[in-house]
Amino acid sequence: MSRGAILLAILAAFLVAFPYLGGAYALSVLTLILYLAYAGQAWNILMGFAGQLSLGHSLYVGVGAYVAGGIFFHWGIGPWAGIWAAILLCTLFGLAIGFLAFRFGISGVYFALLTIAFAEFTRIAFDHMAWTNGAGGMFLRVAQRDTIDLLNFRGPPEMYYYAILALAALAFLASYFLQKSKAGYYWQAIRENEEAAQALGINVFRWKMLAMAISSGMTAIAGVFFAFYYNNLFPEQIFNISRSIEIILGPIIGGVGTLFGPILGAAMLTLLSDGITEAFAALGWEIPGIKQVFYGVVLLVVVMFLPNGIWPAIARKLKL
Amino acid sequence: MVVAGVLTGLVYGLMALGLSVIFGVVRVVNFAHGEMMTIAMYGATMLFAAWNVDPFLAALPLAAAFFVLGYVLQKGFINPFITRPEHSQFMLLVAVAIIMVNGMLMAFGPDARNVMTDYQLESFELGKVYVDKARFYAASAAVATALALFGFFRFTLTGKAIRACADNYLGAKVVGLNVKHLYALTFGLGSVCVAVAGCAMVVLVDVTPGLGPYYTLLAFVIVIVGGLGSMTGALLGGVLIGVSEALAGLLIVPSAKSMFSFGLLILVLLLRPQGLLGRRPQ
Repeated sequence: MSRGAILLAILAAFLVAFPYLGGAYALSVLTLILYLAYAGQAWNILMGFAGQLSLGHSLYVGVGAYVAGGIFFHWGIGPWAGIWAAILLCTLFGLAIGFLAFRFGISGVYFALLTIAFAEFTRIAFDHMAWTNGAGGMFLRVAQRDTIDLLNFRGPPEMYYYAILALAALAFLASYFLQKSKAGYYWQAIRENEEAAQALGINVFRWKMLAMAISSGMTAIAGVFFAFYYNNLFPEQIFNISRSIEIILGPIIGGVGTLFGPILGAAMLTLLSDGITEAFAALGWEIPGIKQVFYGVVLLVVVMFLPNGIWPAIARKLKL
Repeated sequence: MVVAGVLTGLVYGLMALGLSVIFGVVRVVNFAHGEMMTIAMYGATMLFAAWNVDPFLAALPLAAAFFVLGYVLQKGFINPFITRPEHSQFMLLVAVAIIMVNGMLMAFGPDARNVMTDYQLESFELGKVYVDKARFYAASAAVATALALFGFFRFTLTGKAIRACADNYLGAKVVGLNVKHLYALTFGLGSVCVAVAGCAMVVLVDVTPGLGPYYTLLAFVIVIVGGLGSMTGALLGGVLIGVSEALAGLLIVPSAKSMFSFGLLILVLLLRPQGLLGRRPQ
């Protein structure tokens, strides 16, 4: 424990000091890593803890982004109000999907496909909605880079960096306490053997619903951050299944169900993808698609040879 | 319009049949299905561009090549994942799909490609209904391939053995069947469906690398509606989706047509999760 705590403290100090150490580009990369780490941790609660494979988390990112972004866009009200609306709506969406799926005994592959279907359904609906400006996209007033406007969450990159760092840290703490809580043990029982958990008297439906609510509500905040950091929203992009996959890859590569896996996975994948871009740019290979092919090959190799993810292997080495 | 929907739907159905057969036996959802379909379509456009091979003729060598591709994919990559959890299998096939989509992007670029045959502009006249010749041929090829596959599973010994693996993995092993080989064979056959469906589809639509994920989703919708693992269900689901897309395109905004399909999918999952013709999983 103490070894782990020391390493964690070093990491935390490094992350807090980072804006004074690295350049603007490094800061944007780290912001992206932390964003994916945060969303990955939210997904990990549903899949890693409670064992329900969702492939439609882009739904909550998208709805969260559009609700908070839309409130700002239409009425000029900053995200401090919008975030609650986003969390509320996404939690309701998550609960509705969970209710339908779990009541009718849908699990495994069928649950995964149901979540994809809901995300796609919402994508097309948003494409044709006037309030969201449809497929044309919604553009938020671009941030003033030199002044910090906390009320409207507009400001320099450092502000976004610290915001997402705080979110990722809070998600880490939440995951830590959830895993140790009664709910965490119930989830674990459900994940390992749902029928046995039911036989032991665990209200499987209720605990799965709780995981769904927490996971979707947390992912909504990722969406709000996305909206105010990137300032433009297109249904085609934000609800796309590739955005769900992007969230999921981190935890799976890092280690599903572990506390540190989603963070490590997000870091490895983002650095890998950036490294490939840099390397190919240096080599002068500008063929479209070649980066992703290389990325796919690395994913393939990792998933073939490290089925439990990278973190469990590292944790064993470090004796944590 | 309905007739066109049924005919296109049969081609969709053949594509989904491949997915359904693979899931029914191997119990793995092929997330790279649409990508394989797109590769077949590119294969047909290449053969057409190089030697003016008709896409329906090109289906034969492509089917053979895809059988080998599917066999190798299953034998080399998916077999070790059979006992792993679903998210692990999902990752594997997503990685394969990423490689395929972007490999096509590298090889063919982002622009659309197509084939030009003389029958694409002609049509039959049946009473008051006009039926595109190309669409009719495509549907016929799909039905013929599906029938051949049905026959294989029903009447040959190997087909029987594969069905045995699907029914009872352990039992099939106990009686001495080479399950891994049969799984690879099944994946090969599923890929053959995709190859023929791709060749048939290329006379109807232009092909771009981005079609891959779209077809993957479409194939999911179809097999869930029809019943994952059910062969007739896949064809029925394909026809249903084909017709609903054709009608939805008429009635509401064309770009909203797939919303109809996903709505249908959600309904079916909730009311009859095993699909219209599926058996309830144990």
